[in-house]
Amino acid sequence: MANEKVRNPLFHIVKRKNIPWYKAWAIRAAAIIAALIVCAVITMLLTGENPIQIYITIFKGAFGTPRKTWVLFQNLSILLCVSLAVTPAFRMRFWNIGGEGQLLIGGLAAAACMILLGDKLSNGALIPIMIISSIAAGAIWGVIPALFKAKWNTNETLATLMMNYIATQLVAFFIIVWEVPKGSGKIGIINQSSEAGWLPQIGGQKYLLNIIVVAVLTVLMYVYLNYTKHGYEISVVGESEKTARYVGIKVEKVIIRTMLLSGAICGIAGLLLVGGTDHTITTTIGESRGFTAVMVSWLAKFNPIFMIFTSFLLVFLNRGASEIATVFSLNKSFSDILTGVILFFIIGCEFFINYKISFRKKGAKEEVKHV
Amino acid sequence: MENKVAAVKMRNITKTFGNITANDKVWLDIYKGEILALLGENGSGKTTLMNMLSGIYFPDEGQIFINGREVVIRSPKDAFDNGIGMIHQHFKLVDVLSAAENIVLGLREKGKLDLNAVSKRITELCEKYGFDLDPKQKIYDMSVSQKQTVEIVKLLYRGADILILDEPTAVLTPQETDKLFAVLRNMRDAGKTIVIITHKLNEVEELSDRVAILRRGRFVGDMKTSESNAAELTNMLVGHPVTLSIERPEPKDPKKKIEVKHLSVRNIDGILKLDDVSFEARSGEILGIAGISGCGQKELLEAIAGLQTVESGSITYYDENGNPEELIGKDPLEIMELGVSLSFVPEDRLGMGLVGNMDISENMMLRSFRHGKSPFLNRKNPYALAGKIIKDLDVNTPGINTQVRKLSGGNVQKVLVGREIALAPKVLLTAYAVRGLDINSSYTIYDLINKQKEKGVAVIYVGEDLDVLLELSDRILVLCGGKVSGIVDGRSAQKREVGLMMTRVGGAKDGE
Repeated sequence: MANEKVRNPLFHIVKRKNIPWYKAWAIRAAAIIAALIVCAVITMLLTGENPIQIYITIFKGAFGTPRKTWVLFQNLSILLCVSLAVTPAFRMRFWNIGGEGQLLIGGLAAAACMILLGDKLSNGALIPIMIISSIAAGAIWGVIPALFKAKWNTNETLATLMMNYIATQLVAFFIIVWEVPKGSGKIGIINQSSEAGWLPQIGGQKYLLNIIVVAVLTVLMYVYLNYTKHGYEISVVGESEKTARYVGIKVEKVIIRTMLLSGAICGIAGLLLVGGTDHTITTTIGESRGFTAVMVSWLAKFNPIFMIFTSFLLVFLNRGASEIATVFSLNKSFSDILTGVILFFIIGCEFFINYKISFRKKGAKEEVKHV
Repeated sequence: MENKVAAVKMRNITKTFGNITANDKVWLDIYKGEILALLGENGSGKTTLMNMLSGIYFPDEGQIFINGREVVIRSPKDAFDNGIGMIHQHFKLVDVLSAAENIVLGLREKGKLDLNAVSKRITELCEKYGFDLDPKQKIYDMSVSQKQTVEIVKLLYRGADILILDEPTAVLTPQETDKLFAVLRNMRDAGKTIVIITHKLNEVEELSDRVAILRRGRFVGDMKTSESNAAELTNMLVGHPVTLSIERPEPKDPKKKIEVKHLSVRNIDGILKLDDVSFEARSGEILGIAGISGCGQKELLEAIAGLQTVESGSITYYDENGNPEELIGKDPLEIMELGVSLSFVPEDRLGMGLVGNMDISENMMLRSFRHGKSPFLNRKNPYALAGKIIKDLDVNTPGINTQVRKLSGGNVQKVLVGREIALAPKVLLTAYAVRGLDINSSYTIYDLINKQKEKGVAVIYVGEDLDVLLELSDRILVLCGGKVSGIVDGRSAQKREVGLMMTRVGGAKDGE
């Protein structure tokens, strides 16, 4: 009996003890490095270029010129803004994937003000009206699914998703109504000569205002979620609706209030895009940030400060990947492939942070043979 | 040991979950044809140890020998192949299928499925061991005890020789427990090996041949049941001598606090859960509520706390001066704000009373976060309260900032009860306050409840352990299928009488 061969499994999965933060970050760093290596191999196989060259290209795509750097931060701030918007809803386990639509509607409201009131009001009156209407439009778009959820417990994921399509179609409709010149199917730059409703530039920099607004929002959101009674209620509702009811939190009220906030911030993102940088509106002005924001928020574990890093990472990779596609004359899908590879590694590494794999120990079997 | 054959030998078994060591180098022998009681306090690692035998978990270290041969059990299927089967606390049955269908579910026998043949085999098994089971009956029509029978027959049908039962009596009435024990003895006599996981000493003494004790994940010792006594076992269990008696001070100046009249409640599916329930709870008194689980206890407490929609009837609260205040129609917050303090320890502690992912201090905040006009949270007071409760109730935790879900059941319960009592309630509602708690923690909780009673609080205590209810309560209300089966005096009531009332309204004769 003592000599019998017993086959222990080669490895088994064990839940980790609380791992120290530096180890967790080491694992994440390793994942990014592994991702970059795989990306380099793929690119090399397809283009025959030197991997170092490829990384330099990625970096150049993000920071190559002052303009590229500004664009990077602009993209970062809008993505972060939408991520900040969806985060309170996510903390409440309300899966708001309607950020895209809420942003579009906010932008549409800003554009409408610019077009309809641009020649009637001075900027001093017009811009506050734009701010209010964008925020209100986003909030309304966010609160509709929340009302349905609160009253009839409908599925918020489906409802917010469908609201995106409605928003897109509404924007498409108004583009035709307001198109310039007629028949072009485009609005073009609004109030190009008067610059009515254009948000002010700070220090002559086109993007600085957006960056400052989002930085302030990030801090406010962090405080709101972690230090206020509202933020606490959101967490309790998210963790356990039953417990929330038991301590007398009015769950429906919290859901509606939080989605008003979530939609309102998406509205601000729309305002910044339309009034601050693009001065026009298209159906794709959001560039799917409403969906990318879901990832930003999740990767950062719903912490607004971490979200700065995760949104930076995604924007950096995106800009770098599209630069590779341009420089090595590959099409846009190639940069999507690279982004996909990188995300796969980043998301996958969370498994290794939560679990460890312990392999069969050699000799361990010999421990007890005298039974 | 007397020439007995070890069916199972576990050697040096270690299992950790994160920071918690559930089992630490455990040695355990289980002999063929015996009933072994695996005794241990909550969190002592009994269930974890058995889960490794039944393939739910895989040990970090150690070896398992079945009938002398070393085996590796990676999955429940491996366990079955070795003749090991386990019955968990939560039954794993498909409600809409019949007993026979559940029993063959997942079996990959060759040929066509012949339910009649299956039923015949099941009937044979039942006759052999003395089960009472109709193979054609649907699970949703069954009582808890019948479902348990299905689980046991399922294992026997699959040829299990070693049966592990995890706290099998927790959901049974005294009469059903007797029946279960008789069947288990028959199975032992037929050569099966049986392990029951329990923390109830009287069951160990009544049923088992041998008892093995775990404490804090370690094996403490084993002995023949006939050579042990309750005091000795308790000492081994807890690690130091404890006195096992519950005080029952006389109620002082009882006054009507809560009056329930003709209360009827339907659940979401429209099923009548409470049917014309009337009673009163008095200050300085413990009103015990007995009943098989699911007989309306939950709905009753939730109705008083304002968490349950009421179909008809009234619930009246009387304040210090005897002024009545109707509670129905008020939400939980209004009930609190009116000065009606209902401290409600829900049945499902983590699911309803606490937030598992929050730390102890944040859980204290659940009750107090609204205080003050500032939009910001006051974290200081809850933090202080958390510290006080940890100290006063001897909560075993790495710190105040530990997430509640990482605490063991007993400590979770202490946190919850401690918080509710800190509200200085006038009426304390508790459900299963000691469910799954070890002896030490249970007595701490009984003490706390008694102290509240002496302060003049009206306590409504829903319990599942009849012995404790009979020792603790001043009066006992027995629920049966949502009806009041009777209200008896806690000091003179007999266990058997209450047991009968639990199964039949009024406790009328059950044929004996």
